[in-house]
Amino acid sequence: MNGIDLQDLNVWFGDYEERVDAVKSATFSVPEGGSFGLVGESGSGKSTILRAITGLASDWSGRMDVLGKPLGKTRDRQFYRQVQMVFQDPYASLHPRHSVDAVLSETLQLHGFSDVDARISKLLDDVGLGSTFRFRYPHQLSGGQRQRVAIARSLAAEPAILLLDEPTSALDVSVQAEILNLLTDLRAERNLTYLMVSHDLAVVGHICDHIAVMQHGEIVETLSVEDMRARKVKNAYTEHLLASI
Amino acid sequence: MSSAQTLRQWLTSDVPTSRRQAKLAALYQAWLAFRGNLMAMIGLAILLLLVFTATFAPWLAPHDPLAQDLAARLQPPLTEGYFLGSDSLGRDILSRLIYGSRITLYIVAMVTLLAPVVGLFVGTIAGYVGGWTDAILMRLTDIFLAFPRLVLALAFVAALGAGIENAVLAISLTAWPPYARMARAETLTIRNSDYIHAIRLQGAGAMRIITKHIWPLCISSLVVRVTLDMAGIILAAAGLGFLGLGAQPPSPEWGAMISEGRKFILDHWWVATMPGLAIFTVSLAFNLLGDGLRDVLDPKDGSQ
Amino acid sequence: MSNLLDIENLWVRFNTRNGVFDAVRGISFSLGQERLGIVGESGSGKSMTGRAILKLVRKPGMMTADRLDLEGQDLLGKSESQMRDVRGHRISMIMQDPKFSLNPVMRVGKQIAEALRLHADVSKAEARKRSIEMLQAVSIRDPERVYRMHPHEVSGGMGQRIMIAMMMIPNPKILIADEPTSALDVSVQMQVLEIMDKLVRERGMGLIFISHDLNLVSNFCDRVLIMYCGRIVETLKADKLHEAKHPYTRGLLNSLPRLEQPQDRLEVLVRDPAWRDEPSVSGLL
Repeated sequence: MNGIDLQDLNVWFGDYEERVDAVKSATFSVPEGGSFGLVGESGSGKSTILRAITGLASDWSGRMDVLGKPLGKTRDRQFYRQVQMVFQDPYASLHPRHSVDAVLSETLQLHGFSDVDARISKLLDDVGLGSTFRFRYPHQLSGGQRQRVAIARSLAAEPAILLLDEPTSALDVSVQAEILNLLTDLRAERNLTYLMVSHDLAVVGHICDHIAVMQHGEIVETLSVEDMRARKVKNAYTEHLLASI
Repeated sequence: MSSAQTLRQWLTSDVPTSRRQAKLAALYQAWLAFRGNLMAMIGLAILLLLVFTATFAPWLAPHDPLAQDLAARLQPPLTEGYFLGSDSLGRDILSRLIYGSRITLYIVAMVTLLAPVVGLFVGTIAGYVGGWTDAILMRLTDIFLAFPRLVLALAFVAALGAGIENAVLAISLTAWPPYARMARAETLTIRNSDYIHAIRLQGAGAMRIITKHIWPLCISSLVVRVTLDMAGIILAAAGLGFLGLGAQPPSPEWGAMISEGRKFILDHWWVATMPGLAIFTVSLAFNLLGDGLRDVLDPKDGSQ
Repeated sequence: MSNLLDIENLWVRFNTRNGVFDAVRGISFSLGQERLGIVGESGSGKSMTGRAILKLVRKPGMMTADRLDLEGQDLLGKSESQMRDVRGHRISMIMQDPKFSLNPVMRVGKQIAEALRLHADVSKAEARKRSIEMLQAVSIRDPERVYRMHPHEVSGGMGQRIMIAMMMIPNPKILIADEPTSALDVSVQMQVLEIMDKLVRERGMGLIFISHDLNLVSNFCDRVLIMYCGRIVETLKADKLHEAKHPYTRGLLNSLPRLEQPQDRLEVLVRDPAWRDEPSVSGLL
């Protein structure tokens, strides 16, 4: 069974004359336990695919299957127990007035867990923060620590699939290395499926085994990371991207 | 002094160990910021004095505010027994001002409980839900905004009868639309932020998102706005009192007192001036407090 | 006096409620006719250093230095109005995001012409002609059309090229570029940097290139200062970057994932608290 299966996915914003087609007939699949990267420049529609899967972008056509089940117009709570997302900017993805404790306990309660206290401690340990961080507010945390909290939040529901929207692009390189290591470890421990969006080919190459290159809303090439490393690429745009690193 | 030192350290700790400590530490930081603003502290002091005066009015007032003494009418300030003078019926102005502070506080409290709450509900729901709900709620707001404030209040009081409760209702009725507008504008910016998306991805419903995630961020700027508007509200209440539509005689409401003193304003200036000064002082205090609160609470100035 | 800029013992301090915060702690460096990179992570004080050179540190920040000379001429004693003449005219600065640096309600061509007319006594027609030439110099294909555009009509890469044109047109001696390409896509980044590089070299200017990206800086600079916690921990020739000795520099270099050399885990930078208190390395020439 595939973790994520997309067929002919179109996503657009606005209606009639103002309609902007952000994603045009995207097709790819991510096997369960696999790690897939979407690469492209800003405006290429790579983040929009993640938003369509999570239901944040509601105008779409085509077919999306997650863990063998087709997605409809709305998502139920069961879906959010299987699929979670980590956002790009850790400074924007945590509520400024909620402490780490409030963020995690609300999430756990929403997913119907009862042993909230024990789970918070475990989550904080899992992302390498430890319980001293439990009662801090976002402004008392560094960027990397915030992203760890955001990762803890996305792991609270014990999902099978994690969507990663440029999880390290707002962080310093030394912190990026820590977060990337954390993501590698978590995937190994929990057999997670990753779908990662990034503009950084080196980061995608580090985390993923297959990638799709996007330009102007279309997938121009899908290839394995080994092929990319060996520069065995067919598309001119992919070559252009590879040349600029 | 050592216990005070450790309390301070406990409050300023970067590694809070309990929910309570984290909350108190956040409050303490805000207090430190507020304390640094001299003008705001002056405003706060005046308002605390007002609350104190209202609470202990029977002990502070030298006379009964309603007791008439026609022999001692229109005494100038600093007369024996009448520190701020007396009015046309020989009532002590100081005592009336002291008792009047209760009415002022009552108006302030009632309007604060009504207008911003209604505005917050309407604005955040309209902003978050969007679509038709937004259109209907906002056009309703526009209708209320389009009415001249005092005229609507006048019509309302005329329909329901004069009195302090109706005056409060009338003021609240005209005061909520700007809060609704403001709350909606804030909600629109908050609604598309990643932390709201993140909680939506945990399966949270609209009601939870509005009350637990959007309100805490709207409330601070609302508090600032209400505080700054409070001067206007006190003046509106005084205006209604002045027109004879608010508090009724012999109630020592400050606006009504000015209205009574108007007849003698040329020969006996203090009768209208003293309540005028009281309104001025309290309005100013609210404005100063509002400015200080804006510095502390406004999230746009950065949360650090 | 062949140095364009000499700075000795520069401090930038902020008085906060919780005590004094030192953003820049006593650094010294000079700038010759070269391209100097200042690299560090967020909070290292690199941007503050750039602002301090122009005396643009906003309250409650305070800036002190033993020496701040522009071509041997003291800037510390200059008044705010004298500094305004230095900014733009002799030292220009390019910020990270062109969206925030361009006036949204003014046509871009007019903004460039204004920048020139502010510092040089030229006629309107002359300013227009030179602005269009300048747009051409930053590789804008249809300068007449771009001249009439508003900032929201241009892309990020084009916006940053317009910024470069605007900053270069008064012919300054020094250009400070603070993360000039971080808001741009990778493929546009190179183009913008090459244009900037070309202009700086042709005109014999000094460039201070502030960035968090070590590799990028090493490609476009002659000399690199590495900053950590408000101090300079190492200075290097850009082509000798891979011979860096300081563990911080080494850690930064090694923590980058590399496409060609896959690793299971990335090397993590272990911060030694002692780095913070090491004396600042001099970057003087």
